[in-house]
Amino acid sequence: MSVMKRMSMIFKSKANKALDRMEDPRETLDYSYQRQLEMLQKVRRGVADVATSRKRLELQIQQLERQHDKLTEQGRKALQVGREDLAREALQRRAGLDTQLADLRTQYENLQSEEEKLTLASQRLQAKVDAFRTRKETIKATYTAAEAQTKINEAFAGISEEMGDVGLAIQRAEEKTENMKARAGAIDELLASGALEDFSGPRDDIQAELDRMGATAGVELELERMKAELGQGPAPKQLDPGAPQGQAQAEQAPQQQAAPQQPPAQGPWPQQPGGAQ
Amino acid sequence: MIVRIMGEGQLDVSSADLASLQELDGAVEAAIEAGDEPAFRSALHALLDNVRAVGKPLPADSLEPSELILPPADSDMDEVRKMLGDEGLIPD
Repeated sequence: MSVMKRMSMIFKSKANKALDRMEDPRETLDYSYQRQLEMLQKVRRGVADVATSRKRLELQIQQLERQHDKLTEQGRKALQVGREDLAREALQRRAGLDTQLADLRTQYENLQSEEEKLTLASQRLQAKVDAFRTRKETIKATYTAAEAQTKINEAFAGISEEMGDVGLAIQRAEEKTENMKARAGAIDELLASGALEDFSGPRDDIQAELDRMGATAGVELELERMKAELGQGPAPKQLDPGAPQGQAQAEQAPQQQAAPQQPPAQGPWPQQPGGAQ
Repeated sequence: MIVRIMGEGQLDVSSADLASLQELDGAVEAAIEAGDEPAFRSALHALLDNVRAVGKPLPADSLEPSELILPPADSDMDEVRKMLGDEGLIPD
């Protein structure tokens, strides 16, 4: 037995080292039990920590999804008012968000699975610690050095192996969580610096341009209407934002996009032509 | 024989099923020696799947030490190499 055997030897040697340090086995049992309780606390903190990071990622995903929808809507509106350049800009920015969102969702799933693993490990360790406490009290009550040694060795080896396993799970979860925190922090910074626009923040340049055009279009429409009333021209055609034609145009827009004719927006991610979902 | 899959728990595997495990374990070791990550991953997953299929999970409150211990399903080759090293990855 190669890999399997060698790994079990590593666990056993660690347990044996701890047992070799024993003077009075009863003291060792109590000390070991204290360490188990500490480990349980550590696991619970680990679960809470992972859950907090997961929640943070969840909020960031929601924030980016709102921004994604907003850029889609802006692209549609821009097309409706005949500004294909603005629509392309919005879709390019959205493509950057697509990459970011896919990455965040993957991280979210990883954290979720880490959280489930730790929760199960915590339950398993709790059951083992309870069993150890019972065993420990029995051994102490019926203590005779020779007899106790074998029983202690068994219980001790079992619990220290479990603690080693759970300890490793915690270590791995901490590493993953730290990595996630760093990435989540980076997104917070991008939001703070305005490189990623916060949905609840000030209006962006695409929106400002659309609003300006909307206002101009409103004036023009009013003028046309007045002219029609005065018999100076035909009645104006009202732009309907929800018109199916506009919808269809917007839906086709991503496929119609060739390579961008202007430099892409200064964004934090590699830009892709079109707006792949 | 009791086998632990790290991060998952312990299973009781009958000695009759041990031969197939040894073969798969050999494939894991060969992949590590060859430094072949894809082969390592597929061999490790095959080994773990086999243990899960033939093993009977031990109750959570059992205090039995395992005779065989397997790395977690999501480990990579370097991580397992370190585990098998002198220091090991298992915290004290």
